[in-house]
Amino acid sequence: MYDANIRGTLIKGNKTYHQITEDICRPLETSPNYWWYIALFLSFGALSIGTWSLYMTFNEGLGTWGLNNTVSWGYSIINFVWWIGIGHAGTAFSIFLLILGQKWRTSINRAAEAMTVVAVFCAGIFPIIHMGRPNIAFFVFPYPNDRGPLWINFNSALTWDVAAIPTYLMASAMFFYIGMIPDLATVRDRTTSKVKKAIFGFFSFGWVGSSKDWLRFETLSWILAGLMAALVVSVHSIVAMDFASSILPGWHTTIFPPYFVVGAILSGFSMVLTIMIIIRKIYKLQDYITDSHINAICKILVFISLIMGMAYGTEIFVTWYSGNEYEMFTFFHNRITGDYNSAFWIMVTSNAIIPQLFWFKKIRGKLLIVFLISIIINIGMWFERYVIVVTSLSKDLLPSNWADYTPTNVEVGLFIGTLGFFVMCLLLFFKYLPMIAISEVKGVLKSSKIKN
Amino acid sequence: MKNYWKSIEEKNQKVISKIAEEKDMSQNTIIETLLEVMKFDNSTSRRDFLKLGGFSLAAATLAASCEAPINKSIPFLIKPEEVVSGIANYYASSLIDGSDYCSILVKTREGRPIKIEGNELSTLTKGGTNARVQASVLSLYDTERLKEPLHKNSKTSWGEADNKITPLLNSINTKGSKIVILSSTIISPSTNSVYKAFVKKFPNTQIVYYDAISASAILMGNKKSFNRQVIPDYRFDKADIIVSFGADFLGTWLSPIEYTKQYVQNRKLNGKSTMSKHIQFETGMSLTGSNADERIPIKPSEEGIILINIYNQLAKINGSPVYNINVPISPVDIKPIVNELWTKREKSLIISNSNDIDIQILVNATNYLLGNYLNTIDLDTPLYVKQGIDSEMEAFVIDMEEGNIDALIINNVNPAYDYQNAERFKRGLTKLKLSISLANTLDETAALVDYVCPDNHFLESWNDAEPKRGFFSLAQPTIHKLFNTRASQESLLKWIGENIDYHNYIQKYWEEFIFPLKNEFINTEFEFRQFWNKSLQEGVFEIPSSTVSKKSLKFDSITLQDTIYTIVQNKKSVFGDIELQLSESVAIGHGKHANNPWLQELPDPISKICWDNYATISPIYASENGLQNGDIVTIISDSAEIEIPVLLQPGQAKDTISIALGYGRENAGKVGNKVGKNVFQFGHIANGNTQYYRSRIKISKTGKTHLFALTQTHHSMEGRAIVRETTLDNYIENHSSGNEMHEKYHEKARTLYKAQAHIGYHWGLSIDLNACTGCGNCVIACQAENNVPVIGKDEVRRRRIMHWMRIDRYYSDSIENPQVYHQPIMCQHCDKAPCENVCPVSATMHSNDGLNHIAYNRCVGTRYCMNNCPYKVRRFNWYAYSENEKFDFHMNSELGRMVLNPDVVVRSRGVVEKCSLCIQRIQEGVAKAKLENRLLIDGDIKPACLQSCPADALVFGNINDENSKLSLKHLDKRNYHLLEELSILPSVGYLTKVRNKPNIKA
Repeated sequence: MYDANIRGTLIKGNKTYHQITEDICRPLETSPNYWWYIALFLSFGALSIGTWSLYMTFNEGLGTWGLNNTVSWGYSIINFVWWIGIGHAGTAFSIFLLILGQKWRTSINRAAEAMTVVAVFCAGIFPIIHMGRPNIAFFVFPYPNDRGPLWINFNSALTWDVAAIPTYLMASAMFFYIGMIPDLATVRDRTTSKVKKAIFGFFSFGWVGSSKDWLRFETLSWILAGLMAALVVSVHSIVAMDFASSILPGWHTTIFPPYFVVGAILSGFSMVLTIMIIIRKIYKLQDYITDSHINAICKILVFISLIMGMAYGTEIFVTWYSGNEYEMFTFFHNRITGDYNSAFWIMVTSNAIIPQLFWFKKIRGKLLIVFLISIIINIGMWFERYVIVVTSLSKDLLPSNWADYTPTNVEVGLFIGTLGFFVMCLLLFFKYLPMIAISEVKGVLKSSKIKN
Repeated sequence: MKNYWKSIEEKNQKVISKIAEEKDMSQNTIIETLLEVMKFDNSTSRRDFLKLGGFSLAAATLAASCEAPINKSIPFLIKPEEVVSGIANYYASSLIDGSDYCSILVKTREGRPIKIEGNELSTLTKGGTNARVQASVLSLYDTERLKEPLHKNSKTSWGEADNKITPLLNSINTKGSKIVILSSTIISPSTNSVYKAFVKKFPNTQIVYYDAISASAILMGNKKSFNRQVIPDYRFDKADIIVSFGADFLGTWLSPIEYTKQYVQNRKLNGKSTMSKHIQFETGMSLTGSNADERIPIKPSEEGIILINIYNQLAKINGSPVYNINVPISPVDIKPIVNELWTKREKSLIISNSNDIDIQILVNATNYLLGNYLNTIDLDTPLYVKQGIDSEMEAFVIDMEEGNIDALIINNVNPAYDYQNAERFKRGLTKLKLSISLANTLDETAALVDYVCPDNHFLESWNDAEPKRGFFSLAQPTIHKLFNTRASQESLLKWIGENIDYHNYIQKYWEEFIFPLKNEFINTEFEFRQFWNKSLQEGVFEIPSSTVSKKSLKFDSITLQDTIYTIVQNKKSVFGDIELQLSESVAIGHGKHANNPWLQELPDPISKICWDNYATISPIYASENGLQNGDIVTIISDSAEIEIPVLLQPGQAKDTISIALGYGRENAGKVGNKVGKNVFQFGHIANGNTQYYRSRIKISKTGKTHLFALTQTHHSMEGRAIVRETTLDNYIENHSSGNEMHEKYHEKARTLYKAQAHIGYHWGLSIDLNACTGCGNCVIACQAENNVPVIGKDEVRRRRIMHWMRIDRYYSDSIENPQVYHQPIMCQHCDKAPCENVCPVSATMHSNDGLNHIAYNRCVGTRYCMNNCPYKVRRFNWYAYSENEKFDFHMNSELGRMVLNPDVVVRSRGVVEKCSLCIQRIQEGVAKAKLENRLLIDGDIKPACLQSCPADALVFGNINDENSKLSLKHLDKRNYHLLEELSILPSVGYLTKVRNKPNIKA
């Protein structure tokens, strides 16, 4: 049970239920401030860079990327894994904390879930455009056909990906949407615009707030949470197997699935932290997203970061213990001391060492530092994927093949494009949908009050 | 509008059409027409609208997406008897191009030559080719070839050209002025007879033979030593010790295909326990040097001194006179070499590529001292591939400059580009009254002459050759002339008033001169027609060499004292300088093939650089002078100056620079223009011969840098057992020496899975690393066979070369004098292929006969297979390489695409491709055996890489057949599989590299 006397109140400022509704619905009912427009404009800019890159990719071919015969996966796969990792946040956040009965999630889970859906969508773009012939991407689906019939290869981890990622995308979108139904009904009831009424009316499924509605809503949330809990673990495990099921030194490791899942949670949570700190400031939601929320996330990050450190250590230990000369080269000569040592040490420092600062309460209390560290973790996690993808490929078994990899503008443009898309979707979400779960926050209002 | 009509019918017709028009007008819209047809009411309901909308959307989508390309197909109205669609015809022929000679089989499909194979009936080339021969088929379809005769660079007709040239020649002749035919070396007896006929008609004609890279010192040296102006026949197969001074006899020197065949005979072990020893003294690292047992880097100027010392020490042992007055001591320890030479005397061979007559005389003297003549060197069967005498060429250029020559006919040479003093030659050209070039492209020289009368491509012409005395060879056209060109011989004959088809001319010549030789040696009653047909069918006609009489030989040693004195004096003048050596590139040669994209993209066997030449410097010199790979430097000699990037070449002699000739063409065509730098200008005449080295060189940094198109950037094996090696002594002791881990891995291998059953055949390859010289023939053969695209310099820089077959080159030991390893790598066709299980769409699969297939149609291009291939042999089509203007090589023109093999699909953008072990050839062999109702036997199927390998380094066969050659190789103690520790069971095996050098005790 949450003890506000120890952990602090979850909602400050002695709010009434009506006050909560007013506060959270305000962005939907007032016109946004100039920051919103500037950000939207910038995200459009980024999106158009992405569109140009996409045009180049489709029109000219993958030759516009920096890949080569040796390093045939690069920026796009790094970004794919990175986005998938971020896409872990919302669901992991909502579900694990829901299952564990952590009430403090209520102020944050909505935004985190929105982030998840958009991030997984961004991730999902990459495997398709990364194909040599995206026009026949449907070949990866098992469907009845007159080519034999020819089935897909169930041994390939990429086939598992095909199943895992759309499933995860759909499930998290559904979870996001279902959780929003009571709030959509609230918006419907408050709005004066006929159009909005019609739209929100349609999407709120005729919610009236009866006990029956609530009972079904709760039941469905729990069922979905149960299903999703497994998916959260499976989706990134499968992404990890894209690498682990190969024979490349540095990829071929059994630790990859748990290591990737934990890494994903680390990057997801830090992305949640980044975004929460921004919207709390801009939308003045300090009463709802309080210091104790941030504190709680920071504590989780310390723990996850320790697991990451452990994973890095285990990988290196197992390499040394195996004595395999190729593995030894990849880890000790290529990553730790070799051409890619800067990427390796950025990864270790930002993911395993810097988050340890959160042991200090003072640092957890300094929002600016927390914000910076959350960004550093995101960069560190990007470098982790870079280290895995590029170092293993560029220097593998036969030295004659060794080649370097530098991304081109087109590849970077695609990444910028997805960032633009991500920001744009979140901005639209903040403007048009309640960014905090009104009904759930109301549920914890009383129980998290400091009792005298 | 008024109605005009010219007949009653037309008037009626017009009325009818008017009615139809009115009817059209009555139906207002297309939708309504459709509705009427579909028997709908005119009142469109919502559902109807949706139906129609859906229908039109679907129809539009279908119409837009199902656009099929239009392919022109022209049926045979009268089918030629010998052409069957889908079945290749092979014609025996010969590549005869100046000094390049090879006996070949031309594979034609539907009348197009598409591939060149080696002709096994030739005892010279024995079925081998080299990269240049393989690529020569592409030059047939070069869009830059001249399409008609030119007069002052504008089009003209043959009739017009002949009408002007013939009277001009006649008037020059009657005036008594000089006519010169400047020609490449001619090994064709019939062409020489055309020249003779020309001289007979115009007695003032002088014929000057000119070789861009000449061997004139060998010719003159032998003249001085033995009074025979010939290049002797060197027998590398008979030599137990080969000492080569800079001669790249496996790559470029004189007759490399023949020499490679001979050399490997004595290098392959095949159960033997002897092999020849090869010592190479050289400046830059050459292909031959990289194969040597011992390679000793020297400066070009030190060559003479080392030779003198070797001679003197041998003479001392032999008791002959020693010339050691003022002779400096050898810069390298030659004692062991001298001892070995002496113990293996009569079975040794010393050669030098020097174009210094004194050095060649000294080489002759040493060989004579060792008794090598009549054993490893034969003066009675001379090689005719280089006949140019530099001093004659020089005299001619001076003559021309002075205006003493009125007419010049240039045949198959390009001195405006490759003469050491090209400016002088160009000045001379302006003094002529008539200049004619017979070149088939508008090269640097042809662009400056009055008339260009383009020759046919060799695949379009009749020709004959005698590359070596008694070895005759025929060339026949395998396709009708593509352009309005004419055989050079026909042009010459036309101008002397003989209107004869060259085919008839050759036949007549052979009947008159060569047929009698046959009767002399073989006592069968042959009609000439039979003899001709047989020779033509076989491509070669050889007189057994045993019948050539062996004359006694006397070395003329009177001048030896002077020779040695000159060498010593020359050496004194170059002490302490940086020296520049000009070498011949394995791919481009002297520049004639610069417009051939296959050759431009063939990585240099040593540096692995494509599309460039560069100055190689020793890494020590580089570190002393702060130079790095790709730094552009200015190289200055007395007469020439260029800017060129440097490459740090392990094994380069200190204080020397080597640069390949043949680059920097200005008029080669769009592929070859401005690729690299022309360094012919650094050559200079000394002692009567063109010297391809230069002393007193200054280097200065420019501060600019250049990015090389490298296909391999890491040169060390990193201690991994990739090329396994041993020494001969160790090998004799223990056949599996160097390969001990093979047994270990074999024992350790465990699997949870059932072994793949290979029913019937199980194809595999074996590669003898001791035989492979790394020449790159297989790379081009594979490219030609499998329609592998050319991607250009920039894409190679991005490490995307498409070659299915590559040759990895590694260095070991010291950077000053490393050992070099060549390892051909193609798809290893693993039984447990890592690429197969990662493909999400099963585009790459294992076949019952052990091949790793790839279905291009199925490939979606995830490239996971490329990542998971431990050998990285898979190639991705990053762009559309065919019919794409950005890749303006042969696959971008209709003409260039004629070289494509119709049995192999041209891959589209976005799919992965790789070596299939020439599955089209396997299928052809299987089908043939099936028709004949028999099993396949060794030799029925030959993948392209193996068919023409001059070193016979590869063996293809059936692993399931215990008695096949391949199985025996796989059971050899030297056999190992690359990266066998991964337990992926490759079907390709390698045999360890054995070097004949002293053991180094660990």
